[in-house]
Amino acid sequence: MLSNLALLYEAPILSVQLIIDGILIGAILALAAYGMALVWGVMNIINIAQGEFVMLGGYVTFFLTAAGVNPLLTIPVAAAALFILGWALYRLVVFRVVDKDMFISILATFGISIILQQLANELFGADIRTAESGLRTLLFADGMVTVTQVKIVGFVGALVLGAGLFLFLKKSRLGQSMRATAQNARAARIMGINTDRVYATTFALNAAICGVAGSLVVMTWLIHPYLGLAYTLRSFMIVIVAGLGNLAGVVFAGTGLGIVENFAGFLLGTEYQAAFVFSLLVVILLVRNFRLTKKRRYLK
Amino acid sequence: MFNIRRYIICLAVAITVLGLIAVRAASAKVVGDTIIFGAALSATGKYSTAGKHTKNGYDLAVERINGMGGVKVGGKYYKIKIKYYDDESTAARGAQLAERLIKQDGTKFMLGPYSSGLTKAIAPVTEKYKIPMVEGNGASRSLFNKGYRYIFAVLSTSDYYLREAINLAAEVAKKSGKSPKSLKVALAMENDPFSQDIRAGVLEDAKRWGMRVVIDDKLPPELNDMAATLTKVKALRPDVLVVSGHSKGATLIIRQVSDMKVNVPMLAITHCEAAAVIKNFGSRADYTLCAAQWAPTLTYEGKWFGTAGDYSKRFKDKYGYVPPYQSAESTAAVLVYVDALERANSFDTEKVRDSIAATDIKTFYGNVKFDKTGKNIAKPMVLRQIVKGKFKVVAPTKWATSKLIHPIPKWNQR
Amino acid sequence: MTDNIRSALPYLLIGSAGLAAPIIAPNFQIQLAMLWMMIILALTWDIAGGQMGYNSFGNILFFGIGCYVTAVMQRELFFDIAEYANVTGKVVTLTSYQYFTGFSLGLALSVLIAVAVGVVLGSGILGLRGHYFAICTLGVGVAAGELASGWEFVGAGSGMLAPIYPGEANEQGLFYYYTFFVLAVLCFFTLKRLYSSRFGLAINAIRDDEDKAEAMGIHTTRYKTVAWCISGFFLALAGGMFGHLNNFIDREVAFPSSTFGVWMVLMAILGGKGTIWGPVLGATVFHVTQELFWTYLFGWQRVALGVLIVVIVVFFPQGIMGWLRERWPEKFGETVDTDASTA
Repeated sequence: MLSNLALLYEAPILSVQLIIDGILIGAILALAAYGMALVWGVMNIINIAQGEFVMLGGYVTFFLTAAGVNPLLTIPVAAAALFILGWALYRLVVFRVVDKDMFISILATFGISIILQQLANELFGADIRTAESGLRTLLFADGMVTVTQVKIVGFVGALVLGAGLFLFLKKSRLGQSMRATAQNARAARIMGINTDRVYATTFALNAAICGVAGSLVVMTWLIHPYLGLAYTLRSFMIVIVAGLGNLAGVVFAGTGLGIVENFAGFLLGTEYQAAFVFSLLVVILLVRNFRLTKKRRYLK
Repeated sequence: MFNIRRYIICLAVAITVLGLIAVRAASAKVVGDTIIFGAALSATGKYSTAGKHTKNGYDLAVERINGMGGVKVGGKYYKIKIKYYDDESTAARGAQLAERLIKQDGTKFMLGPYSSGLTKAIAPVTEKYKIPMVEGNGASRSLFNKGYRYIFAVLSTSDYYLREAINLAAEVAKKSGKSPKSLKVALAMENDPFSQDIRAGVLEDAKRWGMRVVIDDKLPPELNDMAATLTKVKALRPDVLVVSGHSKGATLIIRQVSDMKVNVPMLAITHCEAAAVIKNFGSRADYTLCAAQWAPTLTYEGKWFGTAGDYSKRFKDKYGYVPPYQSAESTAAVLVYVDALERANSFDTEKVRDSIAATDIKTFYGNVKFDKTGKNIAKPMVLRQIVKGKFKVVAPTKWATSKLIHPIPKWNQR
Repeated sequence: MTDNIRSALPYLLIGSAGLAAPIIAPNFQIQLAMLWMMIILALTWDIAGGQMGYNSFGNILFFGIGCYVTAVMQRELFFDIAEYANVTGKVVTLTSYQYFTGFSLGLALSVLIAVAVGVVLGSGILGLRGHYFAICTLGVGVAAGELASGWEFVGAGSGMLAPIYPGEANEQGLFYYYTFFVLAVLCFFTLKRLYSSRFGLAINAIRDDEDKAEAMGIHTTRYKTVAWCISGFFLALAGGMFGHLNNFIDREVAFPSSTFGVWMVLMAILGGKGTIWGPVLGATVFHVTQELFWTYLFGWQRVALGVLIVVIVVFFPQGIMGWLRERWPEKFGETVDTDASTA
């Protein structure tokens, strides 16, 4: 680890690359985290199938680009396709667990994630798939820092989507209904809001956002049916660190996670990268809780 | 709601009861006119693509052998069949299903699974029950230093995969007047038995030449981004970058090396064919060195399938794609059994085991001759370089058809 | 007298079936041994989960510790671990005496380490509640697996081999079957005793309302830690045995968070969490169904499993025992007054 640290000291430009990479990766993670925060906040469900939605979004883009469609155009198509899937899943399964214990919903979405994962494996095969964005790579600092344009698209997209979501929740009727339901579902119902519709829309919207993330993932790296868990766990972490209902926080936490993970991989060696990330999750939770217990409260 | 639940319970009970009745000790090694082999296969899980290639290889062999009349034992011709179970790409399942195949289904002849990890998990089981296993996809050399008597591998062991690249780099250095000692080597290996073995082989040869290892990264299996490693590569400018991580590693490295415009004079990886890097990346994959157990252009030949090219054509006609070496070596494993059974002229496992140990055949896949530990010592690994979207064999020199292009041109000149 | 026999009857039946099973059906030894292990997994999860309300997704941590520590101990006692490492490859076999001494000591050490880890981690983690506890334990379980795959001493990514059993092949199957059987029986009766004692009342109180329990004077922290460590105790033993049953140990075998780690939760829920027989029933049904899927639905068994999970969770959240209780409340000693108006 020390030699790696020395490397960074000698060549600060490397840190720049790691930070830039981290921010851009984090933006895509933040997308998945938005959706999770939404579903968690409004429906009180932790969606374990989040990563699988990302994966499926990637497959939509993959198949469309393989058929010759302009890669960037596939992003909204993936969003639409996943929206429909999310709506269908809500109507079939999720509506039954919305009002139940959160633990039950965790398990139910876990079951859904397995079904989606294995269906993808059976229907699409476990081949690693990747798609071309048709965009270039930008070079800076004499080739030492590279940024692929598709990652920038992802970053901008995440910000735009985040802003759009924020406005939607604040200004639009449906958005306000969602916030109302999040605050108090019963009261919302009494006020005449069709909470069932709100839930369906929230879940479907979540799936659509994940679909966008998936499109970006397949164009930036690759996808395969077993990709899901990594994204699910990271979206958890981001939401927990940012706190529910804090959209700006999600972006910061997302980019923070991206940067931290990159540095951890560089300094500690890649074999400890994942261990570091999950240990970090544990530590964050413990520290947060500890601070609350001092006030005789606990994380809720 | 209540009715649904009752219905589901009744259904569950019925299935359980029926299931318990149906599960009995099933067929043994030979049923009627058919010899039944047992095989663990990754139909789900991270190895399922390679598992599919393996299965296709096995199935093609079965089809061909049966089409040629079958296996002749004791004057009679027997057809062959393979019973598959899904090992779900996990070692625990693999070991369990080996037990199941042997104890419940009475399998006497096992075919190997895909991947070193799974083979390592199943080998103790077949050893325990003294059942021969001929495998074509478990290359870890640690399978062959435990004194196992019942495992036989048609493929070259994993530590040989990328040694050739190091040796090639040393040769090239010497020719241009540089000492091999001045070369810097970078490794990025997935943290699983197969890739770690390749790493061991590469490190041994690098040490032999006195080269410096500047990067030695172990990539976690779930990793989807090599940016951290490649940033180091940019900083340290190694002369050789060696990467192994099954299909995912191959896809990632080609993509990210081209995305990040990393310039390395020599890039050597595995699983180019399985990851379809030429199809996916076109000219970006050019100049990469690919380790291969086998290539359709090599001049091997055997009596069941003809030449390597013939096999490739037959496979492509049936499955629609050019066979990767995973399929070829799976087919070869079945051929070893066919030959061994005919020579043993019996189904006694000990006799068959001894017969397999004495194998010395030529096949489309290469020559097969086992040493005392069960390794195939008659077939080398080859290195192919991708040039203008085609594979050209560049090493070992005996089988080489083209000259190595070195160093890889920089990205801004491509 | 007849009442005593009546209540002892199910235990006698199961006990004798358990003892005779591997002899009647020798081809199923491994499956049956796994069945007992699943029962142990479900029972131990239920201590903290069903009885105490602390749903953990990371109990697999203890299982993995047991797996690795037992195997390492066995070798370390008599040979340098490096000799067994993959690359050097000297063939090392243990004599009967060495194997079993190593095994017992290994199990003992696993338990010590697992409980110690439980106490240390528990002091922080058990302060979390509800789904934060669940996520945190999930993180712990996965992190443990990742750390194991980076540690060279235990073979890192390549895994390590458990020592070969000194004896006939069938003997190994029998030996491990009975060790799992004995462990399962021990676990069951220990828990039964615990649940009917003050301990059981205390942890149920914690489940029902922790703050009130604390206010009533129950040392919740102590009880929570003890409960979690009890599950750690049995899990470490089960893990140690499983590593040997499987012969090959790597981090997917030792820390299977997304399979065993989640299945233990599902089995307990399927059977009915919070009861003593629930996890047993749930484990049996789940294991049998899973094995059937695996045999007959080649390639699709995981999809079927996912569907099963959704069905269990959505339609039977109270589990088999819960359903039975609703159906025949009299058998559980509850009386339902059908004349009174129901709310």
